[in-house]
Amino acid sequence: MSESNQLLVRRIRNGTVIDHIEAGKALIVLNKLGITGKDGDIITVALNVPSNKIFKKDIIKVENKFLEQDDTNKLALLSPNATINIIKEYRLIEKRNIGLPDVIVDIFKCPNLRCISNSEENIHSNIRVIDKKDIILKCSYCSRIIKINDLVS
Amino acid sequence: MSLNHFYKKDIVSINDFSRDDLNRIFKYTDNFKLLDHSIKGELGKGRTLGYLFYEPSTRTRMSFESAMASLGGSSIGIVDSKISSIEKGESLADTIRIMDMYSDVIVLRHPFDGSSKFAAELAENPIINAGSGSEEHPTQAMLDLYTIFKEKGNIDGLVIGIVGDLKYGRTVYSLLYGLAKYDVNVYLISPPSLAIRKESVYEIEKNLKLKEYNYLYDDVLKKLDILYVTRIQKERFPDIQEYEKVKGTYKVDSSVLEKSKIDISIMHPLPRVDEIDYRIDETKNAIYFKQARYGKELRATLLTLILNENPFNEE
Repeated sequence: MSESNQLLVRRIRNGTVIDHIEAGKALIVLNKLGITGKDGDIITVALNVPSNKIFKKDIIKVENKFLEQDDTNKLALLSPNATINIIKEYRLIEKRNIGLPDVIVDIFKCPNLRCISNSEENIHSNIRVIDKKDIILKCSYCSRIIKINDLVS
Repeated sequence: MSLNHFYKKDIVSINDFSRDDLNRIFKYTDNFKLLDHSIKGELGKGRTLGYLFYEPSTRTRMSFESAMASLGGSSIGIVDSKISSIEKGESLADTIRIMDMYSDVIVLRHPFDGSSKFAAELAENPIINAGSGSEEHPTQAMLDLYTIFKEKGNIDGLVIGIVGDLKYGRTVYSLLYGLAKYDVNVYLISPPSLAIRKESVYEIEKNLKLKEYNYLYDDVLKKLDILYVTRIQKERFPDIQEYEKVKGTYKVDSSVLEKSKIDISIMHPLPRVDEIDYRIDETKNAIYFKQARYGKELRATLLTLILNENPFNEE
């Protein structure tokens, strides 16, 4: 990492660094992970950071928050090449590469408003990943094909 | 394992059935038709079909009731949600659980896509999807394919045109999923506003040769072995003038027959309104009433297979 980038990514004591987020997606990621900053912890967001690996990337650092598996699943859909670094006492204790799960349960709603999973019945949404390369999803209830943009928008 | 692998099986989507399964169901339907009435009357004796129709139905419900009666069984159910606990706000889940206690097989029609899949997760007894929103109507597609098989002797190699409301017509999607298991060419003819939903045919486009048109062109007509007509629903058009403009375009009358192959078969899931001229009824090309008759026989066969472990005494 170049010296100028080091300024952007101030070390954190405890928390999560989400690196290699597709450029321009950091704010969507924050929103979908429910990271609002209301709890007072420091959040650092860097957009369009030069990167050797993906030309430009976004970075998010969240102090005192450790991402759960559900969060990882969300991130896999939003920015599948992102990496998650868990930091404790300034040390990297876990580096997670994100992989798309086979099924995403109860995280995103099916975008088809006429799907039974969007009715008043007590149903957990269930969305299968049928193509991990192009990220094609399918609602297990109404069988509609869902593109990633349908979920994010 | 049971010899009959349809025993206690849900019929939620035609995608749950392979080409071999469908061909086997057609063979069983042929066998069923040859059975004596007294033998048929034993196949569902003492069994109850429960039906829940949250949307109007004539043929589907009556054909299931009639099919169950021919097996010696009985039918109970709800056809008007306004006179049941559904009107009081009872959930589909609770209604299914209760019906599950009172019946051996449940036939469900519901306005939400995926409703039968949800019901099948809750019920211990098999669920038959009789229409789930604009998603699927699998037994209609099975009887459509059976009709094609009986009338043409084969399904592979045929050129099939599907005309009308392709966007909201659930029968169209189940039929396309079924046709994708065979080697056929399909022409889809509809106004642009009622064109097929791409997100619902993504997975079959690799197997099925689909071509889309906005009009019933002469060049298309003369290639077709089957013309499957569906009703263009007036209520789908925001502008009534737009409806008036397109509705006649897809009408099947004697001029359409003149431009078609001499042995073209005209199919329709019914009810029709005015999309097929009544004079077509008298021609040998009209097979939509036969289709309805095949429907009862195929549904009776499905019920037989679902309710009995080895109904045709296979070894």
